[in-house]
Amino acid sequence: MITHTARPLKVVLYEGKGAIALPAEARLKVMTALLDKGYAVARVTATGTQTSPPQDDHTLLLLGSFPERQAPALEDVTGRVKIEARDITDLDAESIVALVDKTRGEKPMNEPGKWKPWFPVIDYSRCTNCMQCLSFCLFDVYGVSEENKIQVQNNDNCKTNCPACSRVCPEVAIMFPKYQAGPINGDDVSAADHGREKMKVDISSLLGGDIYSALKDRSAAAKSRFSKERSPDKALDERKKCLTKLVNDGFIPMDVLASLPSPDEILRKSEVAKARAAAALAAQPGAGAAS
Amino acid sequence: MPETPTLLYCRCAYAQVVPSGVKNAVLQQLCDSGASFETVSDLCEMTAHRDPRLQELAQCGKLRIAACYPRAVTGLFQQAGAPLPEGTEILNMRSLTADEIAQQMLRTEDEAAPAVANA
Repeated sequence: MITHTARPLKVVLYEGKGAIALPAEARLKVMTALLDKGYAVARVTATGTQTSPPQDDHTLLLLGSFPERQAPALEDVTGRVKIEARDITDLDAESIVALVDKTRGEKPMNEPGKWKPWFPVIDYSRCTNCMQCLSFCLFDVYGVSEENKIQVQNNDNCKTNCPACSRVCPEVAIMFPKYQAGPINGDDVSAADHGREKMKVDISSLLGGDIYSALKDRSAAAKSRFSKERSPDKALDERKKCLTKLVNDGFIPMDVLASLPSPDEILRKSEVAKARAAAALAAQPGAGAAS
Repeated sequence: MPETPTLLYCRCAYAQVVPSGVKNAVLQQLCDSGASFETVSDLCEMTAHRDPRLQELAQCGKLRIAACYPRAVTGLFQQAGAPLPEGTEILNMRSLTADEIAQQMLRTEDEAAPAVANA
């Protein structure tokens, strides 16, 4: 799975000075085909702002219909960016995509359909840096900056289609842009959304303010009951019921639950996360006065 | 003379949460215009790997973006270490019509700022 790779190629559909404008239908087909393959494409005409060359050391591929089918030789004056130009007169969209693929060569690139960008995005205009997300996530997605500010640090660890952390955020400040429904998808937060999340925190405080301690107690009670009743079927049944409820409520997808670490590992991780959150909270300005 | 904004279109190709009818129609209207514009396959995918291109876009001055919810788009750029400049207009292809978006994307600077655009 490729995730952390900068795009190796920037494509420019050039219709400016010295090039012939493409037929409208062909232009749309080429743009659509390249975008759907995962490429970034700029269209440059004689009017409007000009596209900027990449600031990294990647390749700029300029495609255009040129007089006498002769693409110009181009060079970046700074020598940092490799610029290639190709004539695409009479080529159909499929051939143009093949030409771009060939120019990219073996350089890796995320491709649509093979990977879904799924990770939390923090709305810092709402976030109060309470660290509940850091304490909650068992997959180490969250971390803390040098300024003790909550950050998404390991987005590759996030479990696809799981929006659970956004639901424990008391300020509805965590978004998943690829989620279908609002406000998790980034839609405006209504008073009702906010109230719903606050209610969840209240439920959490009913459990003693520490959901992991409650889970630990529950696990201990279950172990004790299991040892008394000696009924593995009953224990398994109860576990299935709990998981089914979480899935049916849309809180956590089934495959995420299936990938959870062992109970011991969960407890260990939760202790580590709690300690990190507590340290970050203690280091925040005014923490001493508030406590 | 007012600064001409850079136009940016996001295809949302990696998860298809933007209605395809809207995004296709917006792209068509951009293509049919005489405007220069930038397109990206998916802003989320670029944020996932902190693509340096996001910095270039955020630093190019005035921006008009056709993508999805303004809160999400703003957060994506911020998370990639490329906060959007003040005055950036974000047009939501998940809630507006293609005509509304194309009209606002392609309007000239002396036309009134839209009620539907979000900074």
